[in-house]
Amino acid sequence: MKVLIPGPLLSYTKKREVEAAGATITELLADLDRQYPGFRFRVIDEQDKMRPHIRFFVNGEQVFDMTHSLRPTDELQIVQALSGG
Amino acid sequence: MARTTKKSATRKQGPSARATRAPRRRPSRRVVVLVATRKGAWLFHGDATRRTWRVDGPHFLGHIVNHLVLDPRDGRTLLAATKTGHLGPTVHHSTDLGRTWKEATRPPAFAKAPDGPDTKMPGRVVDHTFWLTPCHANEPNAWYAGTSPQGLFRSDDGGIAWEPFSVINDDPLYRTWMGSVQDGTPDGPKLHSIIVDPRDPVHLYMAMSGGGVHESVDRGRTFAPIVKGMEVVEGFDPATIAFHDPHCVRLCPSNPDRLYQQNHCGIYRIDRPSNEWVRIGRNMPKRVGDIGFPMVVHPRDADTVWVFPMDGTTVWPRTSPEGKPGAYVTRDGGKSWLRLDSGLPKSQAWWTVKRQAMTADALDPVGLYLGTTSGELWMSRDEGHRWACIARNLPEIYAVEAAEMR
Repeated sequence: MKVLIPGPLLSYTKKREVEAAGATITELLADLDRQYPGFRFRVIDEQDKMRPHIRFFVNGEQVFDMTHSLRPTDELQIVQALSGG
Repeated sequence: MARTTKKSATRKQGPSARATRAPRRRPSRRVVVLVATRKGAWLFHGDATRRTWRVDGPHFLGHIVNHLVLDPRDGRTLLAATKTGHLGPTVHHSTDLGRTWKEATRPPAFAKAPDGPDTKMPGRVVDHTFWLTPCHANEPNAWYAGTSPQGLFRSDDGGIAWEPFSVINDDPLYRTWMGSVQDGTPDGPKLHSIIVDPRDPVHLYMAMSGGGVHESVDRGRTFAPIVKGMEVVEGFDPATIAFHDPHCVRLCPSNPDRLYQQNHCGIYRIDRPSNEWVRIGRNMPKRVGDIGFPMVVHPRDADTVWVFPMDGTTVWPRTSPEGKPGAYVTRDGGKSWLRLDSGLPKSQAWWTVKRQAMTADALDPVGLYLGTTSGELWMSRDEGHRWACIARNLPEIYAVEAAEMR
């Protein structure tokens, strides 16, 4: 499925759109981490929680549940939320 | 007449470089000053006289860099504690003095807490790596890291993979002493001042804000607090480790049995094997007090240390007392103190100098360096007698380290 990458993570992917696979967001992030080592820890902490200024949108809808089911035709957008100056 | 290097003088933006007067003696060794800021890192390469400085940076522009350290064992490996406003914390390393950087494959991270309602201690999340210390000279590529909230980590591969010290990070008693995030400093409680005894790689010290000063004699398998003699905020019990707030602890290279400490409640010295700290800050001028953050030791004289007092009255402004910045030096182990402010602003300078933002080189005479939260980098080539500004207009400075180039 298509994953849209925010600016702070371009140092890993080098491009705005990448392809990754997974039946859930957790699995998708695992695949992204395989492709781009270190990627996952920058957005998910060691307690498996989303970091405070990272948000996920699936087909335009915000999702907080990391077990949210994904289809190959879905589009995941990773968003950098406001974090101050 | 100010002199600048060709490179820095032609920069259209960024920090400006300034010159200082010629030193009494010209050291032949070259110093690089490593500046970590809230928005990136800079390296200032000094000439042989420490008169002019070539600016190298920014590195990690926009990243929050809490510490940047050069490995004294090889003279070319740099470690940087980094994060961004959005992304989680990591550590970057460079083996070519910052020309290229690589990220840790396993950054400092706490253990995953067990799931379920019976969990007694909630899982913690590293907000940022705060402190980096190279291990002993006989342990090449090994490093220690301290984090916020308080955690201790070690890497044995040059900062690529980091392992937690569960004896600290997950110990119920230590977790009690650490308190919660609300008990810590405004930008998070920290484990800092990781010190390796130069005579013995298994002999370690570390400090926590809050949570006291601790010693290990077995390379970190066990730790024990050393807080006797240290004072706490009035009305609290100094026997409670959690109430102790050491800001910065330094070991004297010329006498590793002597350590100095700048604490939330004063300036202290300890001479091992004694376990009792002595508040030498009582001898500071009363109108200035003995509150501050950095502590700087002389590389060859264990009786000489420098501090940079902050206003710890009323609501704790944490600025230079009366808006008049000044370093203070003792040359007799804390019996007496001398103010050193020649060249510094005389009024209306409300500086804050953080605990990692003042340091010394090992040249003769010793060079002193400090960075302010308002983005100014200052240095003295004569052990604090005369100060000059190296750079202005940097972001908020978090840490300053001075290292020698090979």
